[in-house]
Amino acid sequence: MKRHLLSMHDLTADDVTRVLDTAESFREVGSRVIKKVPALRGRTVVNFFLENSTRTRISFELAAKRLSADVINFSAGGSSVAKGESLKDTALTLQAMGADAIVIRHSSSGSPLQLTGWVEGHVLNAGDGTHEHPTQALLDLYTMRERLGRLEGLRVAIVGDVLHSRVARSLSFGLVKMGAEVTLIGPPTLIPPDAPTWGVQVSYDIDGVIPKLDVCYMLRVQKERQRLEYFPSVREYNRLFGLTAARAGVLPEGSLIMHPGPMNRGVEIDSDVADLPQAVIEEQVTNGIAVRMSLLYLLLGGGGSGDSTGEREEVADA
Amino acid sequence: MPETVLFRGPRVFDPLSGHDGDADVLVADGRIEAVGPGLEPRGAEVVECAGLVLTPGLVDLHTHLREPGFEYKETIASGTRAAAAGGFTAVSSMANTDPVTDHAGIVAEIRDKAAEAGLADVFPVGAITKGLAGESMAELGEMVEAGVRVFSDDGMCVPTPRMLRNALVYAKAFPVEVVIADHCEDASLVEGGHMHEGSHSYALGLAGRPAEAEEIVVARDLAVARATGGRIHVCHVSSARSVELIRRAKREGVRVTAEVTPHHLVFTDDDLVGYDTNFKVNPPLRTAEDRDALRAGVADGTIDVIATDHAPHAVEEKESEFDLSPSGMIGLETALGAVLTHVVGPGTVSLERAIDAMSATPARILGAAGHGGPIEPGRPANLVVFDPAEAWVVEPPFASKARNSAFTGSELTGRVRHTMLRGSFTVTDGKASR
Repeated sequence: MKRHLLSMHDLTADDVTRVLDTAESFREVGSRVIKKVPALRGRTVVNFFLENSTRTRISFELAAKRLSADVINFSAGGSSVAKGESLKDTALTLQAMGADAIVIRHSSSGSPLQLTGWVEGHVLNAGDGTHEHPTQALLDLYTMRERLGRLEGLRVAIVGDVLHSRVARSLSFGLVKMGAEVTLIGPPTLIPPDAPTWGVQVSYDIDGVIPKLDVCYMLRVQKERQRLEYFPSVREYNRLFGLTAARAGVLPEGSLIMHPGPMNRGVEIDSDVADLPQAVIEEQVTNGIAVRMSLLYLLLGGGGSGDSTGEREEVADA
Repeated sequence: MPETVLFRGPRVFDPLSGHDGDADVLVADGRIEAVGPGLEPRGAEVVECAGLVLTPGLVDLHTHLREPGFEYKETIASGTRAAAAGGFTAVSSMANTDPVTDHAGIVAEIRDKAAEAGLADVFPVGAITKGLAGESMAELGEMVEAGVRVFSDDGMCVPTPRMLRNALVYAKAFPVEVVIADHCEDASLVEGGHMHEGSHSYALGLAGRPAEAEEIVVARDLAVARATGGRIHVCHVSSARSVELIRRAKREGVRVTAEVTPHHLVFTDDDLVGYDTNFKVNPPLRTAEDRDALRAGVADGTIDVIATDHAPHAVEEKESEFDLSPSGMIGLETALGAVLTHVVGPGTVSLERAIDAMSATPARILGAAGHGGPIEPGRPANLVVFDPAEAWVVEPPFASKARNSAFTGSELTGRVRHTMLRGSFTVTDGKASR
């Protein structure tokens, strides 16, 4: 694995498999009474969150703590510039704290890459602007593989505001890498013009795609997009692209409904649908902890070029 | 104080007079006294110039000096020092100061400060609209009386065709020719955008500023200029289709000139993949096709002027997130080297066209009568001498207060040796004289 995780493009298909396999062994740790292993004892993980995201921060915090790392939460409401400090100044502060890993969440695309130029620790992208969110993609891949037994050949639709979604980008790249068939669905104003170059299909007709899916992955649609004229109204959005109860009824048996959260019930997903048994939204959250443990472990714990299988077993036994 | 100087043996290259050949140039009392072979020093300081090129001092039509208001980025003194280091003897300072350069008082203040520094003549650009707010016309007439010849809301696009139309028609009252210069980017299409919209912006997750945002406004401005007979100037052209629009309009007799920056002639959006904020400029760096069309536009004269859009920012402002970083890069000290290296060296643009685009033509647009040549007896000695063969690596520190240059670390061939403003050296042997 590379030194940092900034983008799904940093991972090979083998790397993805390794991350998911390792996560599987950590998943078991989460079901114990004492949910802790000593793998990263004495290492420092900084959660550097410049954009509010309680659930992702807590997930990373739990992951690091279950690995016995020391965790520092470094949050700021706005940008570093708003505080009169440059991103570089802030980065050097984190470096001075001796951070072994910095988990960065930021509304500015590219800030994790910029960070790598200023710090020595490993940088994990926990979501940057409209660029990427690789740990979300990996936990989604984990959830799909666990539930459906494979990734290759899975038919997955990602529905909604793909243009502004770092989740959609990272997940598309990951799914394509693992051999799944991805269709992006949404109003044409919210589909990135270069989407065909990602190796995915594009459709504006959710009803034509839904009967053939293994996974229907819904994206959050911000009402702000309506103001900027991407679509005329929430009502029309829901009518044309929402996962309504009627549409959910057409999904094949055994298929999954997923959502990265937080949901806009009644906009992209009807409330009843979100509570159906095939909606695995809470499972995604649970799996997120194991996947983030796996990533921290592989990046920090000497999983670099060693015999990962052996190490993984050692950890699982710890 | 003006010195008596004999430049011995440079290639004297002057697009305006057509002079191109080795000659001596004698300067006394701030003026060119003689040009010709084998001149006697007659007590003058002799500056050996074999292998060097002597041209009219360069003139920058588009400079942000930041003073008054943003002295932490640049001052008139530091900005004109950077100009001198880059071979410029005159620069045109943009109006987005604080307070805005939208009345004669500020124009005079900038001129006075520049004269005090004595490093380059400064020709302030006046704002078209009060406070650059795009709502009501500034007092253009008073600024014309104060010597302003170019008006621009640079940084902001003239918001409506009506405002442009009224400014162009109103300007007909003046006894001198004035130019309305527009920063052509449609605000609704570039809102929230940070780079050229295309495959790279999609991959980087950065909102785009599409090429059509510029082309729409260029087409609009050309239509208004055609209808009014007014005189417009298109600032920093960046897209291939804009070049074609201007080319066609010129053929039809529309009174338009256009400029391009050295960075748009050199870089593309491919250079932004590392999120280096020094490459963030407005209008944005576009594709290789656009860059090549810009080069062709300079070569055939469609683009009249090469202007730096020197835009200094504080270090901490640029060491920030890409989307939060202000736009712009400095350019005065690298302009000549960049043009010689990237467009003259490979033969895309002739030396004559390049020097003309950086001296005689901008001087004419600015009404800077003492600048841009010709190199003839009696003319003010505003001159630059450069070594066309010297290779150098661009590195801070710069004469500018800022260091947001995308050229940092790159090698350029062609470097300023001496700059002379009205007979006084502002740069000797590549070093600031003052």
